[in-house]
Amino acid sequence: METLKAQKKDSEKDTVMRISGAEAIIHCLLAEGVDLIYGYPGGAIMPVYDELYKFQDKLTHILTRHEQGATHAAQGYARVSGKVGVAMATSGPGATNLVTGLADAQIDSTPMVCITGQVPRHLLGSDAFQETDIVGISTPVTKWNYQVTKASEIPEIMAKAFYIARSGRPGPVLIDITKNAQFDELDFTYEKCKGVRSYKPVPEPDLKAIEEAAELINNAKKPFIVFGQGVILGEAEEELKALVEKAGIPAAWTILGLSAMDTAHPLNVGMVGMHGNYGPNVLTNECDLLIAIGMRFDDRVTGSLDTYAKQAKVIHFEIDPAEINKNVKADVAVLGNARQTLDLLLPLVNKNEHAAWKAEFDKKYQIEYDTVIKNDITPTKDGLTMGEVIEQINISSEHKAVIVTDVGQHQMIACRYAKFKQSKSNITSGGLGTMGFALPAAIGAKMGAMNREVVAVIGDGGYQMTIQELGVIFQHKVPVKIVVLNNDHLGMVRQWQELFFESRYASTVMVNPDFVKIAEGYHIKSRRVSVRSELKDAVAEMIASKDSYFLEVKVEKEDNVFPMIPSGASVSDIRLK
Amino acid sequence: MEKQWYTISVYSENNVGLLNRISGIFLKRHINIESLNVSKSEIDNVSKFTIVVVAPEESVRKIVGQIEKQVEVIKAYYHTDDETIYQESALFKISSDLLFDERQIQNIIKESNSQIVTVARDFFVLAKTGRRHEIDEMHDAFEPYGIMQFVRSGRIAVSKAAMPITSILAEFQNQ
Repeated sequence: METLKAQKKDSEKDTVMRISGAEAIIHCLLAEGVDLIYGYPGGAIMPVYDELYKFQDKLTHILTRHEQGATHAAQGYARVSGKVGVAMATSGPGATNLVTGLADAQIDSTPMVCITGQVPRHLLGSDAFQETDIVGISTPVTKWNYQVTKASEIPEIMAKAFYIARSGRPGPVLIDITKNAQFDELDFTYEKCKGVRSYKPVPEPDLKAIEEAAELINNAKKPFIVFGQGVILGEAEEELKALVEKAGIPAAWTILGLSAMDTAHPLNVGMVGMHGNYGPNVLTNECDLLIAIGMRFDDRVTGSLDTYAKQAKVIHFEIDPAEINKNVKADVAVLGNARQTLDLLLPLVNKNEHAAWKAEFDKKYQIEYDTVIKNDITPTKDGLTMGEVIEQINISSEHKAVIVTDVGQHQMIACRYAKFKQSKSNITSGGLGTMGFALPAAIGAKMGAMNREVVAVIGDGGYQMTIQELGVIFQHKVPVKIVVLNNDHLGMVRQWQELFFESRYASTVMVNPDFVKIAEGYHIKSRRVSVRSELKDAVAEMIASKDSYFLEVKVEKEDNVFPMIPSGASVSDIRLK
Repeated sequence: MEKQWYTISVYSENNVGLLNRISGIFLKRHINIESLNVSKSEIDNVSKFTIVVVAPEESVRKIVGQIEKQVEVIKAYYHTDDETIYQESALFKISSDLLFDERQIQNIIKESNSQIVTVARDFFVLAKTGRRHEIDEMHDAFEPYGIMQFVRSGRIAVSKAAMPITSILAEFQNQ
């Protein structure tokens, strides 16, 4: 607090206003450039909602049908726009309903600020109506959180919240505000936070480490890049492309890195990880240099660590020092923002190509194409596949759509086959694997990029976890396209049951309602497809629609996603069938 | 990897909730905290956590990384016992009758280098400061005669090497 005050420059001081804490919250949001928030009112946050009513010409509030939906919508908005998403809820159950979204944003490094109402200060700890210790509950799933009990704290804490959420490795921040602090008045001035003395968001690049990295890259015979969301969050897409092209290095992506590089780029060799592509997984264990950029070696990426890239030297470009040597030991760690460090690296890297090495990826791709991909996207059997639906979306949207996925088989298939030209186009719940993410996240994504086509691809299981958010699409006329790939099962769990639990399908068979009728109930144009001959036309009709559109595709009930690295196996033991 | 005693020193802002945030990092990894002490530090308005764990170095290193990542943590360090000067304190409440009935008690008190804090009609209280094993030895010596109450503090420690917090804070001021 003291340091912030010390930084205050007189010229930046606004005129002092005597206003309520609730009104101050609105002014803070406006000062941070927020024009859209998602939330749900209730007793302990009512003073703020009263101010939202007065400021509705400047600040749009979207009433989601559940607080979890508000967090995922804020996440979708943040992921597609690069701005901080904001969600608001009341105390008690309103606050606890935010927890899944907070955890999702924490593990996927999404900038989000959540504001919760709280019982008045004098009732704290008395088990008052709708009192819950949301600061305690949310601590492990927030980058930072704070309970405001005095109106005078609001400007500084709100400024700090936005600064922390968006800076360095982004993440969710929760600010809990007692009702008395909303009602009480304060002398309001606002200035943006420029630093917190105990927090260093971006480490200084170490030039020596960058030189060492360049030397390893220049001497490598079989270098291999794996990039993650750090490239997108650090806005390093151009620098990545320049490195890949200059040094001629095949590059693969983690699920959150998808769309950071054009999927059609000749050196983009696909996805690593459990359901990733065959070549990048197998060749991870044959490269002589693994260059990890903005990724964290999640277990779904590495499989067994004991057999992961043991033959290779490892360079790790990373903004978060705690990620270095967490899962995979780095021979050279380059700390810092990826854009900055790659920019410093580029002049030191020799122009090169690795044609024979790249040809190994092509060879592996051909094997995967013949055994898996061909049957996924151009099937000859009767039943529809998820892959061919994604392929039709690619064709109809000309690789320009934002694709928002939920969790499970459809997610893996969508990420395997979706084609992207533009960054920030793949929105999915990667780290937490939150079913129910996609529908509200697609609402947020559309509102964060109104000029782009947004297609939510969801399974029949996850769809029903947040299906109530159709109400938002209807009420606010959000022109989002929804595709439910319905196999009447919790497909991924069923696949594991088939492969690892001797086909004992415990609680994975879904008896589903008439999804088309439900969409019609919300006055959303809708269609169901169960034969191949109608698929192309239906997808084209959906993409062409100016309004929201719901498309249910009845797909094969018991298809499996391959390739697959069984849990705990080595990346080189990836199964093609 | 072999488990060892480590002392983790955390310099932080003095904010409500930070203890919960830090202890949660241990909880998430299922690591038990042997002792915990929070106090002011050599720097105004900077708190110091002293946390003792028995764990492999690899997991202590990762935990310290996660602690340091917290917004309100200025810096965190870990040290082995050899790298620190450390002490614990303990209080023993003993029945006064023993002073007269058991001749050995007076010898234990003398040998333990402890201080008598108070003497009442029914009990007396001894305070002992020292290393963990010294307190354990004193406890073992009294145990056969009966200890009415025993309590031991968390470890406090200073490192032999410097922990340059002032320069980290100065660097921030100069930004």
